[in-house]
Amino acid sequence: MSEHIVPKKTYYAVFGALMVLTALTVFVARFDLPGILNITVALTVAVIKATLVVLYFMHVRYSSRLTQVIVAAGIFWLVIMLVLTASDYVTRNLLAPVARISM
Amino acid sequence: MAQSEATAQHSVVHHPALAHHFENLEQQREASTLGMWIFLITEIMFFGGLFLAYSIYRSWYPQVFAEASHHLDIVLGGINTVVLITSSLTMALAVYYSQVGNQRKLILFLVLTLLLGLTFLGIKVVEYSHKFHDGLIPGVHFRYDGPNPQQAQIFFWLYFAMTGLHALHMIIGAGILSFLIYFAWRGRYSPEYHSPVEVSGLYWHFVDIVWIFLFPLLYLVGFHVKG
Repeated sequence: MSEHIVPKKTYYAVFGALMVLTALTVFVARFDLPGILNITVALTVAVIKATLVVLYFMHVRYSSRLTQVIVAAGIFWLVIMLVLTASDYVTRNLLAPVARISM
Repeated sequence: MAQSEATAQHSVVHHPALAHHFENLEQQREASTLGMWIFLITEIMFFGGLFLAYSIYRSWYPQVFAEASHHLDIVLGGINTVVLITSSLTMALAVYYSQVGNQRKLILFLVLTLLLGLTFLGIKVVEYSHKFHDGLIPGVHFRYDGPNPQQAQIFFWLYFAMTGLHALHMIIGAGILSFLIYFAWRGRYSPEYHSPVEVSGLYWHFVDIVWIFLFPLLYLVGFHVKG
């Protein structure tokens, strides 16, 4: 397998998409959306931007399967750290009344 | 096997950049990329811890965080976002020109990337000095007029820890770029051997990704509250 050279056109297209998404995230942040919609939109846009950078600027889309697995494993481990810790903090208040009743 | 290796070493002319423990340049390049990604994963976990701390404190004090984020300059933060994404484009193009063997354009785009990186750091210095004059540096001299200054201090602690660590990565990146420019100027890179450019590109793009998350979380989090 020889090295894949990404055409310049692809880089310009990704750059354009990143700029549009940056403008979008600033634009949407102006509005007071209900509930957690503001942060949901902000993080969704950020994840899309990061994915574009990883796949095209960092060539992961064209990398060997081994590199792709390593990248996916790294992100998976980050998600474990975030989700398991958050599940603790979020559910503490739910469990507190039960603990009091049982005492 | 040992014999064929020995013959290969003596009869075939090797590329000068090929290290003796690799079969060929292709394998060497694969190994460099993989090694860099493993380093970047330790970096993901490193920054991940700070993002986790941010998430927990923000979930505890959402109003205070939104209020405190008004003290950050969205215009300067936004300009820096554009500057950094543009520097990622010029870095990607530098890698492209190293792959096709255009030395002049490789140097040009490395220099552009370095200049954009320094622009980012310059704007960051302006922002930090504003915070300093406003008394928003966490510590004994922290001054904050809004409600819940104690909790707001946590926001600014996270702001300086996260953007400071990011800026440190930018400074290291600028140093790496300076070396790349020097070696590119010396003509060390070719279509057969340009792993240092490729691998440094991965690092630069990673630093860009960190900012892609920092900008909405720190600067935009309270944009909608007061307008």
